[in-house]
Amino acid sequence: MRRALWVLAVLLSHWRRHKMQFATLLIGLIAATALWSGVQAINQQARNAYDRAAATFGGARTPMLVAPDAATFPQELFVKLRRAGWPVSPMLEGRVQVNGHSVRLLGIEPVTLPVDVGNAPRLGAADLSSFVAPPGQTLVAKETLSDLQEQEGAAPAISNGAKLPPLRVLPQLVPDVLVVDIGVAQRLLNKPDQISRLLIGKPKGKPAPLANVVGHRLQRVEPDAETELERLTDSFHLNLTAFGLLSFFVGLFIVNSAVGLAFEQRLPMLRTLRACGASARLVNTVLVVELVALSLVAGLIGLACGYFIAAALLPDVAASLRGLYGAQIPGQLSLRPEWWLAGIGISIAGALVAAATSLIKAVRMPVLATAQPRAWQQRQRRWLILQSGAACAVFAVALLLLQYGQSLIAGFGVLAALMFGAALILPAFLELILLAGQRLARRPLALWFWADSRQQLSGLSLALMALLLALAVNVGVSTMVETFSRTFVGWLNGRLAADVYISASDNAKGVAIRDWLKERSDVQAILSGGRAETQVQGQPVELLGLPDHALYRERWPLLETAPRAWTQLIPGNAAFISEQLSRRLNVRVGDVVDVPAPGGTWQLDIVGIYADYGNPKGQLAVNVAALIRQFPQTPQTRIGLIVAKENIPGLIAALQKQFALDDRSVADQATVKAESIRIFNRTFAVTSALNAFTLGVAGIALLTSLLTLANSRLPQLAPLWAIGITRPRLAAIELTKTLSVALFTSLLAVPLGLLVAWCLIAIVNVKAFGWRLPFHVFPLQLVELVAVALFASLLAALLPMIRLARMQPASLVKVFANER
Amino acid sequence: MLSIRNLSKTFSSAGEPVHVLRGVDLDLKAGERVALTGESGSGKSTLLHLIAGLDAADGGTIRLEDTEVTKLSDAGRAGLRRDRIGLVFQQYNLIPSLSVGDNLVFQARIAGRYDAAWYKELIERLGLGGLLKRYPEQLSGGQQQRVAIGRALATKPSLLLADEPTGNLDEATAEDVLALTRDLVTRTGCGFLMVTHSLHLAATLDRHVNLHAGRIA
Repeated sequence: MRRALWVLAVLLSHWRRHKMQFATLLIGLIAATALWSGVQAINQQARNAYDRAAATFGGARTPMLVAPDAATFPQELFVKLRRAGWPVSPMLEGRVQVNGHSVRLLGIEPVTLPVDVGNAPRLGAADLSSFVAPPGQTLVAKETLSDLQEQEGAAPAISNGAKLPPLRVLPQLVPDVLVVDIGVAQRLLNKPDQISRLLIGKPKGKPAPLANVVGHRLQRVEPDAETELERLTDSFHLNLTAFGLLSFFVGLFIVNSAVGLAFEQRLPMLRTLRACGASARLVNTVLVVELVALSLVAGLIGLACGYFIAAALLPDVAASLRGLYGAQIPGQLSLRPEWWLAGIGISIAGALVAAATSLIKAVRMPVLATAQPRAWQQRQRRWLILQSGAACAVFAVALLLLQYGQSLIAGFGVLAALMFGAALILPAFLELILLAGQRLARRPLALWFWADSRQQLSGLSLALMALLLALAVNVGVSTMVETFSRTFVGWLNGRLAADVYISASDNAKGVAIRDWLKERSDVQAILSGGRAETQVQGQPVELLGLPDHALYRERWPLLETAPRAWTQLIPGNAAFISEQLSRRLNVRVGDVVDVPAPGGTWQLDIVGIYADYGNPKGQLAVNVAALIRQFPQTPQTRIGLIVAKENIPGLIAALQKQFALDDRSVADQATVKAESIRIFNRTFAVTSALNAFTLGVAGIALLTSLLTLANSRLPQLAPLWAIGITRPRLAAIELTKTLSVALFTSLLAVPLGLLVAWCLIAIVNVKAFGWRLPFHVFPLQLVELVAVALFASLLAALLPMIRLARMQPASLVKVFANER
Repeated sequence: MLSIRNLSKTFSSAGEPVHVLRGVDLDLKAGERVALTGESGSGKSTLLHLIAGLDAADGGTIRLEDTEVTKLSDAGRAGLRRDRIGLVFQQYNLIPSLSVGDNLVFQARIAGRYDAAWYKELIERLGLGGLLKRYPEQLSGGQQQRVAIGRALATKPSLLLADEPTGNLDEATAEDVLALTRDLVTRTGCGFLMVTHSLHLAATLDRHVNLHAGRIA
């Protein structure tokens, strides 16, 4: 033990004399752990929220009985089933408005609620009576309470004036849900004796067959291993994970570079230790112990940084998930112990992987091997050929995935293979460019410039790979976001046809508003819409009622259309289908879709496909009058108005005064558009932040590589200084060299990034969201990104160059000293 | 040609001043070949570095022909080394990324003193004809040192300074390399100051001076 401690002390003494290298190693490990664990924290938080949503009093994880048309059904069926031995529990669901905030109201029957369903056991026997007995309780999540701006114990009114039972916080509940006793829910939703579904508990014995009890009025829905929300959000989390993984690898590049150089510098020390009698096993074991100890320290710091990164990004992630998928994620971070353990584990594993080549070299090192400082930089040609071969194999995998892959994972696989292959082939590309430069150079300094850049390449290639990947991701994601942004704005202009939008709290108020508007001369047209929900082929589908108006015919963003499509909509047996639903159902123009409606199956000919960006639900657009005929319960609360621009403020003010409407219930087109664009921008704020982080880490990788290389390069620079090239000139040449390779890398990153953007737009987006955007290139944005990359490289190169320019001659002279 | 007067240099080691040179006086005539000997730490390499302008003296003067080296700026000293001084080190200090041929012409080209005929003669006399496309790491120690000597003499300098040029070579190779250097120095007519531990090699030059405790003994 004492011997091991001595060996450890000798090994650690290296870091005392190479503080910058030590810092580099720690920075690499910290950056890798922080970004990876930060992203994992966000993913874990979201998954916890999905679990809460799924488990809340029987979500998608509970088997249930529902009506085939997804409508409510009479309570008597529940009684019949209980009598027949079915362990079912009724539930009624609807939406209510509280303080202008739309929330889901869930009515449950706690006595029959199966014990293995969601949060039921947490209600507890003592609370059961207060929940059921008047005035009852409304269970809410803490976040909902704060959204509603209410205190625990308050009994706010819903939009029809009825009062909710007093609010009580149940922490396990998902946000935006109110849970009340089913009797209360039936009263509040005005659905006496109606049930939305029956949750099925574990049966004791074998109950009578379902058809024998209720005929075909109910059908059994089996629980999902993965909820709809989880499926929908998979791509988003995969995207975040991909960013985290990329940053993790960039961090490991830094570690690999630092450990590799430290190993070469410590070779004489290791040989001396072996010569002094320390066994190879002891030295190697202590090397591993040293690395594990360092990664443990760095891992802890990285985890703390990861926590702050996750906390900073979480509000934007929550907004993205809400905007894109309607998922509710609490904005406050709460982490499980597994996260901390996994973070430490990944830090240690990453350090061991990054140091693997050096450790293997140490194990194989003969005790009397001659010193070969910088030999690891020299053996590059064989590696270049091997790496290029591996890159070609990886590109082949990408092509195969592109050809035969169908899933979202395959889409990301194409992206990953493309980027990994490009990173592998980068040094060979740069070698070719630098070789061409060397062949064309005539002046001696120019010749040295190219030749030395080639020699430096192996030491810098990992950092340059990191730069290539970070920049390609930036180019790819920025191009995708900019394409999406422009398409979205164009689409929004088409979709927001009306000048003023009104959302009435209920049908009666909607009728009153319409009657009032008919009397106003400043209103050119009243466009009433409506929405209903149903299921088609097991998919949740929203039916959108469109008014028949010229404005819609002119502006509605149709991607594909049959002849006279708008005219075909009017009778009510035709529909437009949203792009994502058309892909999900594999439906084209000319096909027929059967829609379950309260009055029976509604057959709709598909006469057009329209873009419906950002909507997680599939949508069918039909004539509004036909929708109301088929779904008489459709709320007619949405009203659009055509109004001359100058009359808009006056009309809105009059509406607000007359009907006590707040800003959320009445808004002009510009406000709605601005709000939509604000949500859109917030959705991509996370992507921008991760883009910046990745580029920042790549910059650090370049800086650390240059710093670690700076010392080992002195013997190569000192002879030039000795034969008459001044230090500032040498520093300027070194800077130019770094910027040149960074420029070549950046230029290679542009086509790679555009390929990444194409993959995102044509493969990942289509598979994840169901919509395909037109592919655009934004040259100015590309120039900006290359400039940012060069600026990051300039910053990274500046410190080592300033140190070289200011280096005392004594340091350079040491290179020539015979007793070095 | 080279005149050194009362040259002094002090280093600091662990906070303590170490007086390496304590008033060195030395003269070297054009074409003269002088060996500088002394025990380890006597200041031989420091003296050579000061003459080459690799380091700055604390006191005294160094005059190379009409130039007072000790009064030159950093850039001036760099120019002096480039144009008028050839340097050879024990560790060869070739540029690893350049081929033998490019290493040989490098200094002459950046000094603008490249002479094709002299270059050809150097290659021939140094026996480097078959090695021009190789890289330093592919050469033996003796071959590397011949390339270093060729590079230093390619500019036809006024003064060739060599710091233990044969320290890494075996005895036979060391004698061959030194014989070659003597011939080439005679051919160019430049002054030659060589630091060496070997009294045997020192005896092959015109004059031998010994540095002891920071002074010429």
